[in-house]
Amino acid sequence: MKKTLVMLFLSVLFLGAKAQSELPNVTLKNLDGEAVNITELHNDGKPFVMTFWATWCAPCVKEHNALSEVYQDWQEETGVKIFAVTIDDSRSTPRIKPFVEGKGWEFDVLLDVNKDLARAMNVSNPPHTFLFDGNGKVVYQHTGYFDGAEEELYEEILKLVE
Amino acid sequence: MKRFLLSLALVFCATSLFAQLDNSQVNGSFQVDGQYYQVDEAIGITEESIKGNKFGIAGFGKINYSLGNFSAGIRYEAYLPQLSGFDTRLQGVGLANYHASYDNGTIGITVGDIYDQFGNGFIFRTYEEWSLGFDNSLRGMRIIYRPAAGVTLKAVYGKQRFYWASYAATESRGLVRGIDGEWDLNQSIEAMSSSKFRASVGGSFVSKYQKNTNTTYTIPENVGAFDGRINLGYGRFAFTTEYAHKINDPSAFNNYTYHEGQALLSSLSYSQKGFGVILQVKRVDNMSFKSDYKGVKNDLDINFIPPINYTHTHSLPAIYTYATQPLGEMAMQLQVNYTIPKNTIIGGKYGTKITLDFSQVNDIKRNYILEEGQAAPSHISGYNGTLGYTSPFFAVGDRKFFHDFNIELERRLNKKWKLIAQYINLYYDMETIENHPGAEVVKANIGFIDLSYRITSKQSIRMELQHLWDNVTAGKADMEKVNGHPDNYKKRGNWAAALVEYSIGAKWFVSVGDKWNYGNPIEGNRDHYYSASLGYIKESTRITLTGGRQSEGMVCVGGVCRVVPASSGISLSITTSF
Repeated sequence: MKKTLVMLFLSVLFLGAKAQSELPNVTLKNLDGEAVNITELHNDGKPFVMTFWATWCAPCVKEHNALSEVYQDWQEETGVKIFAVTIDDSRSTPRIKPFVEGKGWEFDVLLDVNKDLARAMNVSNPPHTFLFDGNGKVVYQHTGYFDGAEEELYEEILKLVE
Repeated sequence: MKRFLLSLALVFCATSLFAQLDNSQVNGSFQVDGQYYQVDEAIGITEESIKGNKFGIAGFGKINYSLGNFSAGIRYEAYLPQLSGFDTRLQGVGLANYHASYDNGTIGITVGDIYDQFGNGFIFRTYEEWSLGFDNSLRGMRIIYRPAAGVTLKAVYGKQRFYWASYAATESRGLVRGIDGEWDLNQSIEAMSSSKFRASVGGSFVSKYQKNTNTTYTIPENVGAFDGRINLGYGRFAFTTEYAHKINDPSAFNNYTYHEGQALLSSLSYSQKGFGVILQVKRVDNMSFKSDYKGVKNDLDINFIPPINYTHTHSLPAIYTYATQPLGEMAMQLQVNYTIPKNTIIGGKYGTKITLDFSQVNDIKRNYILEEGQAAPSHISGYNGTLGYTSPFFAVGDRKFFHDFNIELERRLNKKWKLIAQYINLYYDMETIENHPGAEVVKANIGFIDLSYRITSKQSIRMELQHLWDNVTAGKADMEKVNGHPDNYKKRGNWAAALVEYSIGAKWFVSVGDKWNYGNPIEGNRDHYYSASLGYIKESTRITLTGGRQSEGMVCVGGVCRVVPASSGISLSITTSF
């Protein structure tokens, strides 16, 4: 039975479906506790970025501080929007809002407490950043963060709006 | 042969069906971690401790499939054998996880291996943590029903994963059953939809059933636990509280006490742009909840008691990381995040971010119920088979387990330089947290500086300098305490650490670092933990090669953090997704 299952999946993989994702059917909460279905995320036909981060991940915090410095400029120039998905578990859930506000971040923050979205998007270790085009298709992704890496992301965003 | 034909037929049916529906999607990921171990007696790695396992290889492959409201996935895992430090029962290969689910927004059904949690996880949380080799997923069924906007009802039923143990009915570990309901008033009541006042309430019940095979104690075969929670918000204020209660549940973990369990966690926060503050308080009393009463350590945990401390990721503060004490703790945390605005005298051109954090954990107060002539037990053992103790709810125990005061600054100095600096003051009751009898309390001060320099737009360099001052003096080991537990002085004394990391175009990185326990009271323990890494990252693929010594703890290299055990040798890690 197990073998059958495995074969079934493999066959689907090679013959049927298209790889690489559209937005998965997962519901998360935002900072106000409102439920948000990920399939409904959009930016009025303009590209958007989805970042996976955690309060305990130093490179993630660095990346978001750097994004926060340039976010206003990016928005004015390209209309891009950033959804920052935290994979912090319940030990940090109530701390997220004062943390994000205290850092002055203006991203749309979503809480992936149960890692449902991280699993659906194959995120193993944060930080992991995805760039979606205006139709909600992944066009670029990157893991890890080094000082200045946000500039490469911006080059990719510019390619989409030109 | 028959089976093969049947599979083939199934495959053809499936593919012809799916081929017509080109909305279907497949994605997945792979990870392989390989390690070559060498004997390194200086840091306690001997032929004997390696046990002939010169290599450790752990890998997984995961495939997800989705089509509209339907989704399914499998995860294959291999440990040939497991990496050092992981449980030996992980050794083996197999289909560790599979699930299929359908969710149309109103009703959702999942069969297979389930990850979920109720509220904060006080009475139910199943999750998986690859870097720890931890997976307590529930194999069974889950139904989610959303009868109206803002209302979610859930039911779960199944048996938890225990390494590679069979799920057959003859297996002695228990069944887990749970229901949960959550009502978000703002989403369900029209008049409240745009109100400044926000409210949601929730409640759950979880029960485990396990046959009693213990001949000494009468173990209840059904153990129930209840949980209630409220989230309130008004404008910039938020208040959340959750309380859980568990009936008597004698187990190997809690010294077979019949004392009932309870947990409470409350948070109050205020946030506005540039400023956020939160105060949290927690009480835990005998709240270990496992689907096997014989379980020890993290075996078959049904629930999760969140620790409320700052999670340090730099290597020296991570040496003394607090672990929740499910048997009992009173904890609090206060955290302030503040951004000094840019273009001010103190804030500088780019602004300065400050984080202030204080947390403390004490034992609960216990009044032991002693029979005549019985000696007073300790806070962790000695009350087997009785009600154990009574504990006043709001009283804080005398014994302090942990405190952490820290202040962190992050500031961009100019276009090229960025600085992060932190000071930490720690109190760490090693005897309780690491279960080392006779160990002296650690009182440490730690400072670190993290400097990034952007050489060009494609190249950057990062330097990390850390120092830990310990209250134990070099050369003054108390031999009685050394005899209490061999590890009592293993990592004590002063430490210094340095790391340099260079990256090109966020694709290539190389790093070299050393951690030196130069102030260890025992001369033979004054070890260097040096290592070098080379990595390549492209899109979602990452390849990292590391050589050197790894000390136990949380390690962050190349922008990603993982928990690793002590080892010496060469390791290769490959991660990719499609």
